[in-house]
Amino acid sequence: MGAQTGGGGVSAAAGVALGMVGGAIRISTPFLFVSLGECITEKSGRVNLGLEGTLVMGAMAAYGVSYLTSSPWLGVLAAGGCGVVLGALHGWLCARPRVNDVAVGIALMLFGVGLAFFLGKPLIGPTAPHLPSVSLGWWSASGQVRSALQVNALFVLGLVTTAAVRFVLRKTRWGLVIRTVGESADAARAMGYDIARVRLLATMAGGFLAGVGGSFLSLFYPGSWNEGLSSGQGLMAVALVIFARWDPVRCLLASLLFGGASALGPALQSVGVTSGYYLFNAAPYVLTLAIIVLTSSRDRALLGQPAELRMAR
Amino acid sequence: MSVGVGVGLSGDAGATAKPAPPALEAIGLSKRFGTVLALDDVSLQLERGSVHALLGENGAGKSTLVKCVMGYYPADAGRVLVGGLEARIASPRDAAALGVGMVYQHFTLVDNMTVAENLVLARRQHPFIFDWAAEVKEVAAFMARMPFRLDPGKPVRMLAAGEKQKLEILKQLYLGSSIVILDEPTSVLTPSEANEVLGLLRGMAQGGQGGKGGKEGRLTILMISHKFREVMAFADEVTVLRRGRLAGRGRVADLTPDAMARMMVGEEPPRATQTRQAGPARATVLEIADLSADDDLGTPAVTNFSLRVRAGEIVGIAGVSGNGQEELVEVLAGQREPSAGRIEVSGTRYRARRAEMRGLKVRCLPDEPLRNACVGAMSVAENIGFRRFDRHPFTRGGTLVSGRALRRNAEALIVEYGIRTPGPDAPIGSLSGGNVQRAVLARELSEDVAVLVASNPCFGLDFAAVAEIRSRLMEARNRGAAVLLISADLDEIFALADRIVVISEGRAVHETPIGQADLGIIGRHMAGHA
Repeated sequence: MGAQTGGGGVSAAAGVALGMVGGAIRISTPFLFVSLGECITEKSGRVNLGLEGTLVMGAMAAYGVSYLTSSPWLGVLAAGGCGVVLGALHGWLCARPRVNDVAVGIALMLFGVGLAFFLGKPLIGPTAPHLPSVSLGWWSASGQVRSALQVNALFVLGLVTTAAVRFVLRKTRWGLVIRTVGESADAARAMGYDIARVRLLATMAGGFLAGVGGSFLSLFYPGSWNEGLSSGQGLMAVALVIFARWDPVRCLLASLLFGGASALGPALQSVGVTSGYYLFNAAPYVLTLAIIVLTSSRDRALLGQPAELRMAR
Repeated sequence: MSVGVGVGLSGDAGATAKPAPPALEAIGLSKRFGTVLALDDVSLQLERGSVHALLGENGAGKSTLVKCVMGYYPADAGRVLVGGLEARIASPRDAAALGVGMVYQHFTLVDNMTVAENLVLARRQHPFIFDWAAEVKEVAAFMARMPFRLDPGKPVRMLAAGEKQKLEILKQLYLGSSIVILDEPTSVLTPSEANEVLGLLRGMAQGGQGGKGGKEGRLTILMISHKFREVMAFADEVTVLRRGRLAGRGRVADLTPDAMARMMVGEEPPRATQTRQAGPARATVLEIADLSADDDLGTPAVTNFSLRVRAGEIVGIAGVSGNGQEELVEVLAGQREPSAGRIEVSGTRYRARRAEMRGLKVRCLPDEPLRNACVGAMSVAENIGFRRFDRHPFTRGGTLVSGRALRRNAEALIVEYGIRTPGPDAPIGSLSGGNVQRAVLARELSEDVAVLVASNPCFGLDFAAVAEIRSRLMEARNRGAAVLLISADLDEIFALADRIVVISEGRAVHETPIGQADLGIIGRHMAGHA
């Protein structure tokens, strides 16, 4: 993990805080894209658990295309395209009679990961051009602050996407249709909407964002293609959507919180606290579990959950 | 398969000088589902500006008829004319474009959206980007012209059932529908709400907006019903269906309820064979004290509810659906933890554990038996054995369940309760609703019963099954069971109960012995204005 370097007159506590801010932004980016994508899909009343596979496929495709074309942004697009294809496959399979979206999702997760490893074999080794980063720390004289605020371009794009998803869901015709299909298939059918089609498109859009999230892994951080690239971010992001109560802005906050907690271990290490390093690395999972336990209830339904969303039908 | 209609003409018929054609006409509609002919050559005519009732038993084909008209699914044969012109209706959207709208029996509202969002949602055309402030203002302006009003900003899940029904009707008016089809519009309303809603609809049919006038013009209404009182009071004409065929039609003024009942049933309706036997007052068996329970969203659904049921007595709980009945039954059935209060059966604390149900002989017939009391994919024999499968003689040596013993037990009960099933090994989910209910009855009543909780036990069943199930309940009472009957059907409560308790917003608000029960007073308590 990338420990922060550099000096300046910043105290240890501030150093840890800065490290966590930088880490939060860096680590949260893939979570942000995958959870926004899953948010769109789940708003339409369908769960796509296959986004872990989409993420890894996206990482592989982005790296390959960036390597072949020398354009990391084309790589990002290719990753999104892979996501659209996998999302379409999920949406199409789920529209078949008596098909369960959770089971299809798990199958596609394994499929996506396996396919990416297969196709990505030749990509282990060569170096592809990376995505640029944006310096938001120019105002500070402190090297630590500047290094922490060296923000990747995809994160900035993620902020814009968050606002866009929120706007689309709240204020546009597409958003209204997606929400209706997710809240009441009966109402949508009575209005004459093709529910399977809306869900297919929502799953494809979700796949696109998850693929873009994958490109971050291979084109920015860690910044290379290998088979240990993802450590379950795609699955964790799906859980974050529930945690965020299907709200794009809360998806952003949840991703940042999760990223910040993940950065705790490396940040402490960078100021010399090394004992309990692995324990601190478990912080995001402990935190997520704790928050889910604290906010859930045995006899109360989740507020904000799309009514058509059931894990088993 | 497609609707056998010719040219794809659409649009308004326009005013003509000739005698006005019917607002809507269906000619010779037929529809087959698998081997069942659900609709057999049925025709229907709606005069402009009239209220037309479509009467029939459950399964008579009423819903199939209107769904074919609406394009919900295609008819196998037949034509539909709107304003005298052939109409091609392949989906509810096409129907809406012709000014034909439908209020479904189950609300098609989106609970997590507001009143205004639901209205805007129903519109045919939407801008790509909404200006919600302007939309809400427009909805408010529309409401101001309507005979009944709702707060546009209120989320639909906060509305009472009667308000939701009004919103469904408002939605059709907002869409500018000139022909409105309503599927059992009063099933979730109190008698006074029903009168109000039907009265308003009738006013709109007779001329403009409940007497207010307005450019929306006169409405034509087709109302599916099985309540003679409403048909007699509010409809101009009636069409009666029986087993998918036209059984009769005419002007309501020329018909009596008896004549309509004969058209509906074909012969004299079967009567309950068990009659109420009088007996001395007996000891309290079921005592519910200050019970409270929350619904799935954590809001209180049942509040300080107290009730005693004696042996050999049926206590009927009347109330509009959604006033805590479901949660009350779930607490008694062990599906929900109460937040406060105490239940005692025969003087012993009852927490709805399996051992307590067995020891205290508590039995339950919940709503939707297939969902709440059965495992659909398991066999009839296994479902009938749920209460006793882990006891002698069904389980030997404490571990091995004997399929043969379960099947033998089920075979006897299948005969005794007249359960129509291919056999004891058929999955219970493949049975019809009435036979699922019979199987659950067989399980719950085949042993000695001290307390029986029955929630809408006859919902969705045909006349014969209703009569049989009611007589089983009466028989259980006569044998000394304490019966708690929760029903949304007041007729059922009046037919069976010894005592009536009205539940409103989770509280017991009114109690009366059947002999002194007054429909008007009960209705007012159900509506919460007493």
